[in-house]
Amino acid sequence: MTELTRRTAAELAALMAAGETSAVEVAQAHLDRIAAVDGRIEAFLHTDPEGVLEQARAVDARRAAGEELGPLAGVPIAHKDVFTTRDMPTTAGSKILEGWRPPYDATVTARLRAAGLVILGKTNLDEFAMGSSTENSAYGPTRNPWDTSRIPGGSSGGSSAAVAAYEAPLATGTDTGGSIRQPASVTGIVGAKPTYGGSSRYGLIAFASSLDTPGPFARTVLDAALLHEAFSGHDPMDATSIDRPVPPVVEAARRAEIAGLRVGVVREFAGDGYQAGVTARFDEAVELLESLGAKVVEVSCPHFEYALPAYYLIAPSECSSNLARFDAMRYGLRIGDDGSRSAEEVMALTRAEGFGPEVKRRIMLGTYALSSGYYDAYYGKAQQVRTLITRDFEAAFEQVDVLVSPTTPTTAFPIGERADDPMAMYLADLCTIPSNLAGNAAISVPCGLADEDGLPVGLQIMAPPLADDRVYRVAAAVERALESRWNGPLLAKAPEL
Amino acid sequence: MSAITRDEVAHLARLSRLALGEDELDHLAAQLDVIISAVARVQEVTAEDIPPTSHALPLTNVYRPDEVRPSLSPEEALAGAPAAEDQRFRVPRILGEEA
Amino acid sequence: MGYDEALARYEPVLGLETHIELGTASKMFCGCPTAFGAPPNTQVCPVCLGLPGSLPVTNRAAIEGIIRIGLALNCSVVEWCRFARKNYFYPDMPKNYQISQYDEPICIDGHLDVEVDGETYRIEIERVHMEEDTGKSLHVGGATGRIHGADHSLVDYNRAGIPLVEIVTKPITATGDRAPLVARAYVTELRALIRTLGVSDVRMEEGSLRADVNVSLMPRGATEWGTRTETKNVNSLRSVERAVRSEIERQGGVLAAGGRVVQETRHFHEDTGRSTSGRSKEEAQDYRYFPEPDLVPMAPPRAWVEELRATLPELPAARRRRVQREWGLSDLELRDVVNAGAVDLIEETVAAGAEPAAARKWWMNELSRRATEQGVELAELPITAGQVARIQELITAGELNDKLARQVFEGVLAGEGGPDEVVAARGLKVVSDDGELASIVDKVIADNADAADKVRSGKVAAAGALVGAVMKATRGQADAARARELILDRLGAS
Repeated sequence: MTELTRRTAAELAALMAAGETSAVEVAQAHLDRIAAVDGRIEAFLHTDPEGVLEQARAVDARRAAGEELGPLAGVPIAHKDVFTTRDMPTTAGSKILEGWRPPYDATVTARLRAAGLVILGKTNLDEFAMGSSTENSAYGPTRNPWDTSRIPGGSSGGSSAAVAAYEAPLATGTDTGGSIRQPASVTGIVGAKPTYGGSSRYGLIAFASSLDTPGPFARTVLDAALLHEAFSGHDPMDATSIDRPVPPVVEAARRAEIAGLRVGVVREFAGDGYQAGVTARFDEAVELLESLGAKVVEVSCPHFEYALPAYYLIAPSECSSNLARFDAMRYGLRIGDDGSRSAEEVMALTRAEGFGPEVKRRIMLGTYALSSGYYDAYYGKAQQVRTLITRDFEAAFEQVDVLVSPTTPTTAFPIGERADDPMAMYLADLCTIPSNLAGNAAISVPCGLADEDGLPVGLQIMAPPLADDRVYRVAAAVERALESRWNGPLLAKAPEL
Repeated sequence: MSAITRDEVAHLARLSRLALGEDELDHLAAQLDVIISAVARVQEVTAEDIPPTSHALPLTNVYRPDEVRPSLSPEEALAGAPAAEDQRFRVPRILGEEA
Repeated sequence: MGYDEALARYEPVLGLETHIELGTASKMFCGCPTAFGAPPNTQVCPVCLGLPGSLPVTNRAAIEGIIRIGLALNCSVVEWCRFARKNYFYPDMPKNYQISQYDEPICIDGHLDVEVDGETYRIEIERVHMEEDTGKSLHVGGATGRIHGADHSLVDYNRAGIPLVEIVTKPITATGDRAPLVARAYVTELRALIRTLGVSDVRMEEGSLRADVNVSLMPRGATEWGTRTETKNVNSLRSVERAVRSEIERQGGVLAAGGRVVQETRHFHEDTGRSTSGRSKEEAQDYRYFPEPDLVPMAPPRAWVEELRATLPELPAARRRRVQREWGLSDLELRDVVNAGAVDLIEETVAAGAEPAAARKWWMNELSRRATEQGVELAELPITAGQVARIQELITAGELNDKLARQVFEGVLAGEGGPDEVVAARGLKVVSDDGELASIVDKVIADNADAADKVRSGKVAAAGALVGAVMKATRGQADAARARELILDRLGAS
């Protein structure tokens, strides 16, 4: 039998349902894998083997009792450490929350539990999900399983690395400007950003509230769809949550049929700054879509070039306010309370000590963009750009059903390369940001390896809000065609750890 | 000309409640200058008549019923507190006005 | 500078910002209860503690409440508006931003008419907006409970997130020396209005109604307003009046001495009736307002607004006009009843069967006197309108007279039970049995021969002394009219 850790979530679920293995066995296999490789990957910030086995035993007991279980019951999952968990610490990758144990579960956490998923632990991330490399974690970087000297993407780099390194078949992530799609792309796995409001933000430690979107990581499109359905859907605790049925993403992933579909290639996402190997794989993917019966046209989204600047005003503005609550008064770190200092001084000392450089940069930038005298010129203008980008999408989606682009302009870059060059780092999100600004559905699916470095390249597929099923349908078609061309998944080409 | 002065950066640090050292302020001032110059590009495209977008999707009127739900216990509420006293959060002395 | 002198030289301009805690069952953005006086940190959850990851969801009843307030204040309810975040750091504010409304308040452009000394002043309302309350700090060490000199503070977040409605007036001008009275009348009328709507208990002493008073002075004849100050911590109706008066005096003094009024927040002190300087507003507060991304915009459907308008109860001004007509009161009598806070009580007493005149008599005389003695509001006396009506019913039936009735009031207020219980327990009853009364009359005539002779000789007025003696002998229980008849009969003067 194939090693349990190499199995997809759907396969594991089927094996368990058939009684061929148990949740405990599956959990143990993944715990063993984590013990064997995570020293080199450092995907997890927290694991609790005994707690994991306990969850697994509970699922096995429910199954033994004849309970009807969800389609992913007993499947292990790595959980991004930005969702609150009652029984595990929650740090958001920040020193300011070191050791904090939330008194409540995020909605996503609660739904994972309700679906019988076994939470292996909490994964590393850029501090407060701000970054594209996971280097901004206060707890050290996570490494890319394809090349451990390189970044696994970010901010959900712990989750992408855990899935790519077979430490977990599934993982959660959050995507504010590309934090699921870009890590999925650079680690050769699937990552989806649901429609904004399609998955609940309750218990997701906020970075930029109007952009943050929880979504799934998996090694196959079907697995991602299964996880998407497991935790998405309306949540009365999140006022921005959409009160509509979850789009039929699992059905779409199974169908994988795109004949007649109209596909738009975004003209603006090409040229300078795009690695040759990325462009080559992307062009091939477009040809593949055509060969599968899609009608491909080029479309222009003239305002997308302003998406990055608009994003780096809107996201920091919201973050400067969202992160104000970390003030040493009610929870988390407190520095310098020697009895003589005032609350104001203790707040400022704690925040200076507890936040890393990128978080401080963004807080300062956001404070600037919102401050009196600058609001109209910066935050106000960025909100107008947001309108223009949404209109570009609307115009494009009148012509085509989905848009495609490379997920990110380059393959995984070396750790440290962009660490103190914020503008270079920000370019990693160039192609992913527009969908966050417009609230679209989008996905990244592997489309090959770049010739020059042999590292994974991702294809991004974007669809209008609430048309999540469309991106899964296209991704599954691409996956099926490429895997038959490659005789297996792309990840099989990754070096053994 | 720089987009932001060192004094402005120091003012932003105070507004943001960040006690930054001189070196950190210098470093940040240089980086913010680059970033602000770059993001200022948003000013190129926007005409006055474009409505701003604050929310990704156009939802309105989301309310919850006026129903009481269980609160945390005081122990849970205070469990994460850096300091507590008499079932209250203990905080350093507060400057400024009386609320 | 004295008040009159200040008024002679300067014209005051007022502005009032009133905060009202709504009496919803749950908080503004979470399901925590809102009871006043609960043990600390027992009414908190991840949302109102601002824990990482938590999100607000708007309480529908709070929005209904503010729309009702807006409609009652003759405001327009806007078609579309948003919440905004007001960013500033303060330990009693869990998120270090307050969810409030900035340039898009839900209700705008209303007015409230108030009356002072028979003259009506129209107070224009600029805006009515929705926000959330903060927690409460207890300052430990140093002077008692004061922030200055405290070693540390203890914070209770039970109040954090309670729905708060802020009502802001436009500048109130041309009130002259009545400025303090107009300010007080406005808050009084607003309180009556809110209470009538039933959306808040509006208790100033518990902080569910809080008024901030803005005052500026301009030289008489000038057209430009002066610099204003904002006085906070004004916790009673009387303080509203005193705060305006003292600020007019203070600013008048500053200006007359050639000084400049500093734009600042001031704190009123109930004990001294004076205010002290707080934070200067000139060291710019930059609240960095922006639309609250966690809450979607509100677009109150017109049908909903009209439905709420249809549920508005009779408002205090209309009600006053009606009771004046129904009870046949003069303007002055009406004002006394209103000022005593007796409208509700009298109306309930009438509803329970008493005649308006009698109901008003008891509440405005006997009971007002006792309330004053005890230093409480009329409504706080431990007696119900139904009980007052019952006492009056016994009087009408001849079973009690006014004197006995006062004893019944005394008994009820002392907690001896309802009127009938007090009557029974104290054995209070008008003596109208002729046999018993006749023997007492005979004894009184025998004991007061002088007075009896005067009556016999035609000086009927002298009978009063004999009636008094009968009443004394019966400890007030005799039917005085019957006693008089018997006396005159006995003495052949009838």
